[in-house]
Amino acid sequence: MVKKRVVHEPLWVKTLLFLISGAFLFVFIVLPLVTIFREAFKSGIAVYMETFSDPGVMSAIKLSLLTVLICVPINTFFGVFIAWLLTKYRFPGRKVLITIIDLPFSISPVIAGLLFIFLFGSFGWFGAWLMEYDIRIVFAVPGIVLATLFVSFPFVARELMPLMRELGKDDEEAALTLGASGFQIFWKVTLPNIKWGLLYGIILTNARALGEFGAVSVVSGFVRGVTTTMPLYIDILYGEYMFRAAFALASLMTFLALVTIIAKAVLEYYIAAQRKSMEVKIQS
Amino acid sequence: MDKMKLTTVLFVLFLASFAYSQGKAAKKVTLLNVSYDPTRELYQDYNKVFAEHYKAKTGVEVTINQSHGGSGGQARSVIEGNQADVVTLALAFDIDAIGTARKGLIADNWIARFQQNSSPYTSTIVFLVRKGNPKGIKDWDDIVKPGVNVITPDPKTSGGARWNYLAAWAYARAKYGEDKARDFVKKLYGNVSVLDPGARGSTNTFVQRGLGDVLLAWENEAHLIVKELGGGNFEIVTPTISILAEPSVTYVDGIVNKRGTKDVAIAYLEYLYSEAAQRIIGKHYYRPSNPEIAKEFPIFANLKLVTVDKDFGGWAAAHKLHFADNGQFDQIMRDLKKK
Repeated sequence: MVKKRVVHEPLWVKTLLFLISGAFLFVFIVLPLVTIFREAFKSGIAVYMETFSDPGVMSAIKLSLLTVLICVPINTFFGVFIAWLLTKYRFPGRKVLITIIDLPFSISPVIAGLLFIFLFGSFGWFGAWLMEYDIRIVFAVPGIVLATLFVSFPFVARELMPLMRELGKDDEEAALTLGASGFQIFWKVTLPNIKWGLLYGIILTNARALGEFGAVSVVSGFVRGVTTTMPLYIDILYGEYMFRAAFALASLMTFLALVTIIAKAVLEYYIAAQRKSMEVKIQS
Repeated sequence: MDKMKLTTVLFVLFLASFAYSQGKAAKKVTLLNVSYDPTRELYQDYNKVFAEHYKAKTGVEVTINQSHGGSGGQARSVIEGNQADVVTLALAFDIDAIGTARKGLIADNWIARFQQNSSPYTSTIVFLVRKGNPKGIKDWDDIVKPGVNVITPDPKTSGGARWNYLAAWAYARAKYGEDKARDFVKKLYGNVSVLDPGARGSTNTFVQRGLGDVLLAWENEAHLIVKELGGGNFEIVTPTISILAEPSVTYVDGIVNKRGTKDVAIAYLEYLYSEAAQRIIGKHYYRPSNPEIAKEFPIFANLKLVTVDKDFGGWAAAHKLHFADNGQFDQIMRDLKKK
């Protein structure tokens, strides 16, 4: 019998590693998070709530929610569509398309914003035409939505592609031989298989869409109360020495981020469970 | 079928985003004032007073939206399509730049359309130092000494920074002569540790992050910090020579004509010269252009002020010599990097 070789670190090494990584996480992640809430509530709950009666803050929250409400469904729809296309079919140019999906990840958000200025600004490709019909895209809400769509696009597709590849097309082919239509196959076979991964992608899309600063700040024009999303408004408040209000709004965003992270952790648990059941299926 | 519904809902939402931005303007009159960094508090106050005045006079309810940032960057956003009805920028050159880049957007003679070169308020550049003035800074000579850490924004993007630069140049020229001025300014920028893109960024660097020994600041910004925000930790030092900064205001012809807001835009800018507005201006530490009202605010130090028109041959010449690509400022920064 071959003795299994197990590496045992001495206890002090383990303790040291734990302390170092623990201290690092504490200083760089936990402490700043705590600071945000501490600063926000420093002058009491009444002052904290006052922040949210400022019409500028409220319109920033509304605009952020509107942006998320538009971007998340659109990116979910096209994300599923493209992941389906890229994993279930083989066609020339497929590799190129996969690379293009990653573009919003690799391009700096500032460049992403400038891109829309180059397209829709008054000197842009469509600038003269848009001006003639008085359609405003950049320095208005549509520009903010477009920039957010762009930067938050890859998450759903990126999350689904490995999952769909792993699942293969056996289930779909079986459904096809049983006479299901393409539409039925998607709703009854594919969607139930990918639902956890899809939700995971949606949560990431949501987080990015809500938090985007760089790209949005380029196309915003910073018209307060009209084209300022939550992250932009935090920047404005900070610039106006309204630190309490800036931290109050920041704490709201942080709270939303924490909810997102918890949802993400729960989903990861379900995804792992699904993986396991898949492995069992394959082995049996 | 569900998919159809979903697609329809998405499409409607997307269209709603257009309606959200475009529908708003129709109901009542809105103006967009695109301004520079430190005027945020001033215009917040002024907008309220103007809205009341205009409603009492005409019955029209006017809402003024504000946008603030580095003066040069704000001018660029208007050039690229930000729909400003009025621009209230840090210097005349930035308004000229809009009219030059997009012909007809602002009439060439704009500076003559309102009193006092279209500058309802002026300001100057002073030094802000930490309490007790630990480095003993009294005049421009003291901030070019080795070991003094200076904070000022980037003249390429910030209007205030250009005034800072020219004020230093004017001092050196008066004291040491034309050919020594460049060396003096080079020494000054050799002492700069953080070059923020806008005046507000520099103030935050100095006040909040605690960096630097001296901040070259708008006089209004310096008073705001000393009187209201700094908690008694800062002092103002007034140099012997500085520059008369004339922030300019005008309406954007191309946009007010299209939106039909010309009358209210003119009223908005004209009312800046009224006594009520001049007092708000003084209260926010800008120098009122009305000399009678200015007397009510004795906080403004009497110092020798040079002007861009008389001492630098106007903004076009000053820009070409100092701030254009490969101008004096670029050369100075290149020399400093080589060291």
